Amino acid sequence: MTRYILKRLGISVIILLFVVFIIYVLMRCLPASYVENMALQLSQAPGAKPYEEWVRQLNAQYGLDVGIVQGYFIQLKNLVTLNFGDSWKFTVPVLEKFSEVIWVSVAMGAIALALELIIAIPLGILAATRQYSLTDYAVTTGALVGISLPTFFFATLLKLVFSVKLGWFDLYGLVGRNHLSLDPWGKFWDIAAHLVLPIITLVVVSVGSLMRYTRTNMLEVLNADYIRTARAKGLPERRVVYSHAFRNTLIPLVTLIGGSLPSLFAGALITETLFAIPGIGYTSYQAMIAGDIPFSMFYLTFLAALTLLGNLLSDIAYSLVDPRVRVGT
Amino acid sequence: MNKQQIRSYTKLLERQRRKTNVPERCYRTQMKDTGNAVEFDNLQVQFFTDNGIVKSVDGVSFCVPTGKVVGVVGESGCGKSVTSLALMQLLQRPQGQIVGGEIRLNLQDKAYDIAKTPEAVMRQLRGSAVSMIFQEPMTALNPVFTVGRQIEEVISFHDRRYATAQEIKNRTLELLELVGIPNPQGVYGMYPHQLSGGMRQRVMIAIAIACNPRLVVADEPTTALDVTIQAQILELLASLRDKLGTAILLITHDLGVVAGIADLVVVMYAGRVVEQGTVQEILSCPAHPYTIGLLASKPVVGKKTDSLFSIPGSVPDPVNLPKHCYFHSRCSHATQACTGEYPAEIQLSPTHKVSCYKENTHG
Repeated sequence: MTRYILKRLGISVIILLFVVFIIYVLMRCLPASYVENMALQLSQAPGAKPYEEWVRQLNAQYGLDVGIVQGYFIQLKNLVTLNFGDSWKFTVPVLEKFSEVIWVSVAMGAIALALELIIAIPLGILAATRQYSLTDYAVTTGALVGISLPTFFFATLLKLVFSVKLGWFDLYGLVGRNHLSLDPWGKFWDIAAHLVLPIITLVVVSVGSLMRYTRTNMLEVLNADYIRTARAKGLPERRVVYSHAFRNTLIPLVTLIGGSLPSLFAGALITETLFAIPGIGYTSYQAMIAGDIPFSMFYLTFLAALTLLGNLLSDIAYSLVDPRVRVGT
Repeated sequence: MNKQQIRSYTKLLERQRRKTNVPERCYRTQMKDTGNAVEFDNLQVQFFTDNGIVKSVDGVSFCVPTGKVVGVVGESGCGKSVTSLALMQLLQRPQGQIVGGEIRLNLQDKAYDIAKTPEAVMRQLRGSAVSMIFQEPMTALNPVFTVGRQIEEVISFHDRRYATAQEIKNRTLELLELVGIPNPQGVYGMYPHQLSGGMRQRVMIAIAIACNPRLVVADEPTTALDVTIQAQILELLASLRDKLGTAILLITHDLGVVAGIADLVVVMYAGRVVEQGTVQEILSCPAHPYTIGLLASKPVVGKKTDSLFSIPGSVPDPVNLPKHCYFHSRCSHATQACTGEYPAEIQLSPTHKVSCYKENTHG
């Protein structure tokens, strides 16, 4: 097992090198150049140097006067030595900005994922065990509605009903206007109240696919021969479904959940933007349209590393739930 | 019946089966002969599909005497598997339903009619009074649990004599040894994928005999195995019958298997029993043209032929079966009488019965 993990880690590192190269090339080719924008602004000041001169000076200053390949190796060296530099757009160290915005996204994503699992798995199983019943139709229709709702539409609908009409929650933002005057618990509840609508949005739009996935897998497993064997053994139906069938349904579910680990850190761009939540999705979007190479490089590399790690983790988890894929033991 | 009526009818049947507080007298019955482990009496199983009602089993009657092996033969779709699943109440629900007849299961001091037994009581009987071995040993065991656990499960559910975990484990190891698995200690902790097909079938047999059932249903237990393993498994079944006195209902389409271990043979065609008798009677003097055809289509060692015999034509559509003998259109002995009523069962000897007009005219 250790050998297997080490091998997989080695392969992951090689993949990561290529991914970083692609990201760097793309960033350098972006039409939104931070340097050009800045040069344009500076050259318009009264008595300033001409635009071309500013561009040359800023390019040298920001390390953009080298070729793409050379620039890649400089960037790679920085990444390897954990020297992530300063964000151009936010003018603070990349790590500082990142750690400032990441946690709200992670908290939001984690709560949403937990809720999705709690809702989707039992309902999926219920729908599968009562296939073609009223319950099944209700669950699958609900899932389809959830999948079909666009995030921006559903979020706006929620805002209209709960913020504008009922006035239960603020329209947007992470904190209320009297946030600073509250005691620690008050601050916590203030933030929690502001996260209710974004989390509902996230859960509703993505719970459907997980539910359908659970239902499909459960149905497949329930038709398997070993389920008939379990029934022929005289086991109670509960045990047949929740022990014999569910253990087998877990196998594909674990892969799916392992794969969604990086998406926790990716943030939810649309939802965060709609609710003006200063999370990583919203921030990275701002950085990218400003052509902020250090921040975007760090963020995208981080996501790529997480995706690779997520794949590895789900493979390991796979071997825990499915004895057939247990490696090297 | 239209679709709506079919749906409400199956729903009604399902509700009856699910009832939990049915008094015992409703499904208690009397064996005709207490020497039988199970008696099928005019069993009727129908599948309510969108294309119509399929009479999979239509008036099947035969008995399985205690300690004997009864082979049920017939081609695919003749209702032999459905008969065995009806006995276990494992029909594909809600489409498949027992709509008539009785299945009397002998429980030593009493007898139950399986057709009326509610689900909750049936669960107690499955795996303990009557158990089943399936065709595909590759997929019949749960891939995520160890062999030991899958055997222990059935013991801990049905057999109160083994209370502690250690007792159950010892019993499991004993069973593994009984079904001829070398190294029971090692196999106990293995997962099904680590075993060969023959070994898995042995594990299935161990599960089936774990609680000393009155009857074991073996649904094509050797079809998925290669010939040498087939022989071993059949030998094992025969030896278990002798050791434990269990009756075996052997579902197969392989006449060689029947000749090897069965005591009695039931030949089914299109959901009905066309002929039944002892192995000697069926194999050496078959009476029904279908049985004769089946035996003729078997290759014979030492006899050179260019092509094997096959019965012409195909099985009638199960949704609209003819009024007359189902085999009529394929029968080489068909006479004028054969287009009349479905032939009644004729007793040729105390054990040998056949449903055919051919025998009628003879005597």
